[in-house]
Amino acid sequence: MYFTSSIFIAFLAVMFALYYIIPRKAQWVLLLIGSYVFYAWAGLHFLVYVLITTVTTWYSAVRISDRQSQHKRWMKVNKDELTREEKKAAKAVMKKITRRWFLFALLLNLGILAVIKYTNFMIGNINSIFGTGLNFWSIALPMGISFYTFQSMGYLIDVYHGKAEAQRNLGKFALFVSFFPQMVQGPISRYNDLAPSLFGEHKFDSKGIRYGMERVLWGFFKKLVVADRLVVGVKALISTPEQYTGAWVALAMFLYAIQLYADFTGGIDITIGVAQMFGVKLVENFDRPFFSKDTAEYWRRWHISMGSWFRDYIFYPISVCGWMLKLTTWSRKHLGNVIGKRVPVYLAMAVTWFATGIWHGAAWNFIVWGMLNCLVLIISQELTPFYDWFHSKVHVQDKWGWKLFQILRTFILMSSIRILDCYRNVPLTFHQVGTIFTTANLGEVFPGLTGLGMSWADWVIVVIGTLLMLAVSLVQRRGSVREQLDAKPVAVQAALFAVLLYVVLIFGAYGIGFDANQFIYNQF
Amino acid sequence: MSKKRKSIATVAAAACLLVVCLWFSQRLLMPKYISEIIEGRLIGEYYDNAGGNDVVFVGDCECYENISPITLWEDYGITSYIRGSAQQLIWQSYYLMEETLKYEKPEVFVFNILSMKYGEPQNEAYNRMSIDGMKPSMSKWKNVMASMTEEESALSYVFPLLRYHSRWSEISSEDWRYMFDTKKSFHQGYLMRMDVRPVTTYPSKTPLADYQLPASCYKYLDMMVELCEKNGIKLVLMKAPSIYPVWYDEWDAQIVDYANEHGLLYINFLDKLDEAGIDFNTDTYDNGLHLNTPGSEKLAKYFGKILQDTYGLTDHRSEPETAAVWAEKVKFYNDMKEDQLWELEEYGYLKSYGGRPVESDGSDTDSDAEAQAGAENGADAGGQADAGGQVDAGGQVDAE
Repeated sequence: MYFTSSIFIAFLAVMFALYYIIPRKAQWVLLLIGSYVFYAWAGLHFLVYVLITTVTTWYSAVRISDRQSQHKRWMKVNKDELTREEKKAAKAVMKKITRRWFLFALLLNLGILAVIKYTNFMIGNINSIFGTGLNFWSIALPMGISFYTFQSMGYLIDVYHGKAEAQRNLGKFALFVSFFPQMVQGPISRYNDLAPSLFGEHKFDSKGIRYGMERVLWGFFKKLVVADRLVVGVKALISTPEQYTGAWVALAMFLYAIQLYADFTGGIDITIGVAQMFGVKLVENFDRPFFSKDTAEYWRRWHISMGSWFRDYIFYPISVCGWMLKLTTWSRKHLGNVIGKRVPVYLAMAVTWFATGIWHGAAWNFIVWGMLNCLVLIISQELTPFYDWFHSKVHVQDKWGWKLFQILRTFILMSSIRILDCYRNVPLTFHQVGTIFTTANLGEVFPGLTGLGMSWADWVIVVIGTLLMLAVSLVQRRGSVREQLDAKPVAVQAALFAVLLYVVLIFGAYGIGFDANQFIYNQF
Repeated sequence: MSKKRKSIATVAAAACLLVVCLWFSQRLLMPKYISEIIEGRLIGEYYDNAGGNDVVFVGDCECYENISPITLWEDYGITSYIRGSAQQLIWQSYYLMEETLKYEKPEVFVFNILSMKYGEPQNEAYNRMSIDGMKPSMSKWKNVMASMTEEESALSYVFPLLRYHSRWSEISSEDWRYMFDTKKSFHQGYLMRMDVRPVTTYPSKTPLADYQLPASCYKYLDMMVELCEKNGIKLVLMKAPSIYPVWYDEWDAQIVDYANEHGLLYINFLDKLDEAGIDFNTDTYDNGLHLNTPGSEKLAKYFGKILQDTYGLTDHRSEPETAAVWAEKVKFYNDMKEDQLWELEEYGYLKSYGGRPVESDGSDTDSDAEAQAGAENGADAGGQADAGGQVDAGGQVDAE
């Protein structure tokens, strides 16, 4: 059930109507039923995977929580009578038992994800390296498996570390795992952030609902008017790399950046807007990322929930784990303080970015993409003294021209790495990017635009749509666009909503004649 | 007025304005089928002529291009209408029959059985031509549900804007001109063609793996029989004398059996060519796919006698009111004949397919040449979409 399909609109309308009719205590039950219907629509058999993740994570978390509570109670009662060693021993026993449950759920669920998502990747590599002819495994990737697995594992880790209370109601936990708006492409929510509004009772809040609908409509605009119209041109540029070299590759980078932004942020707008219509608050996933002035900032503003997940559950744990601390000591001793202190940090970064890359897809291009991001971040970090020196000599830091340069530099850098996502072939990508510097064909681009399967009318729509997205981003600098809109007269608000709806209905790339394009991030 | 009421009124006004704009846009963006693929208007034209017909034909192009209702009137005083459309599938014919009964109760329904070979929905563009023209009704809705291909959405039949919204970039003056109006082009559902292109080759019958006609088609044939019995209407099955696409003897035998079993009259006109006087050197305009107007008149003359003899249909020519109405139809028919003959003489091919001929000017040279080339190559520039060609709802025709 695509977000942009009429069946989803109908599903949403029914869910919405029922949600505010039924007793509020039952609202979360309706969301659970709706979420399972939504998921089953993609394939009934996929429910098995969600159910396994739900039940094993829920049960393990409850067992972990029970054992931790039991330990706490026991310690409280006996703390005066126990020696330090006895307390330590009791804690070790508790840790051992909880770790067992923790590892059971963690390995099982990550194992399912790994087997389903990475088996064919492994077979392909084995066949390439050893010349074997192992058959590929024919299995469909369940919708949103990376998202719900990571969300569940985040919850498990939080419970294990005592940062979250275990949810004892299986139904409620099932809803946390499967809440339908975020099944397609996230965001990856934290239990403590999501639970209060997800399981809460919600009155009919006209303002919240209006805000939600406005956000959904804006998401449809980005997805249908810009992203899905542009997809034809991007596909044409990518599918015939031998024809489109040089300036065309630069154009592909630029267009894919717009397409991905419109597609992903559009999808997240729909997700957050739909949740808001049900009174559920989801975390923001973007903060105008293309206005970032450096790579680190970009990654704090793009796909925020994923970035923070990798930071909190991979980067930090690796940075402070026992063997990393030993490595820190060793490297400082043998490599000196300057290099030695960097080694463990950069190693943790490399592991994190490797995981980020392979999370996006089981292919070398994603791994290389992750490692390139890591490399850019490290270089950027290493160049900090140089920048400091430069700014002490040249006082341009506060000039808008310099800021613009930084924004453009970051945009171009990120776009050139992101192009790996398009060609999905590492050597080809490097070759194509190389042609930008070796092929002088800029003059071909403008006359050849209509040869990309898009008419001039399509290009006009894309340009206007992109400028509108840019304008809205600029307005966002002054705060929430919807809050600013809310301050306007009702007539202005109603007119803007009506015009935007009209534009989506007329200029949206949907229906027969257009491919029904799933959101790009759904495939991750 | 309180602030809240004012807000509600403002929102309601904006909503109304939006609905009006969408409705206008829908009128503008829906294909008009005026100068191309004109048969897209066949179904819609019925409502201006509904009622008072003794015989109603349902079926595909073999109906609307092979029988002339005007000849049935002129020779026998039979009032008739053809509710046909390109590649009309059997369930579409059934639901059109069902819908027709809301407007009139004919004495005879004639169903052309070529579509018995299609057990599944086939093509969105043909679906559109069969269904878009229908007025909203339960029959239309059931027709949509039975006809949709996988890529289609039922909602887009209720709100066609959802299907045609992308035509904004190809709006022509024709779309503006016929936004709220249409052009009368047909003769009781008959599409006139005065040109001639004789049969040059006869089709070879490639053996099929399975000759069994689909069960889904029999289901609808049963429903037709039941509908007619329930309403006291006679059902006649016919196979028009088109030599393309191939009609297999094995299929024919199944229809003969069915007709015998249910006491229906079935006529395969491919077996009656000599009796009807049809000559494929002069009576077809597209090498035997369809009859031209002289051929259609011959078939109507032959079939009309059978209908009158078998069912004793009333000769309405002596009824002044009916005769007056039909006199206008006959005049329109004869005028169009003259127009088409004029076009054939002037251009060598049909240019406007009815009504007054299009005035030629310099700017039309290219399209004229294309149409001429198409005519010579066997393609049909008038948009005859059912002759094995593929057509999309946006008006693109790909000859197969």
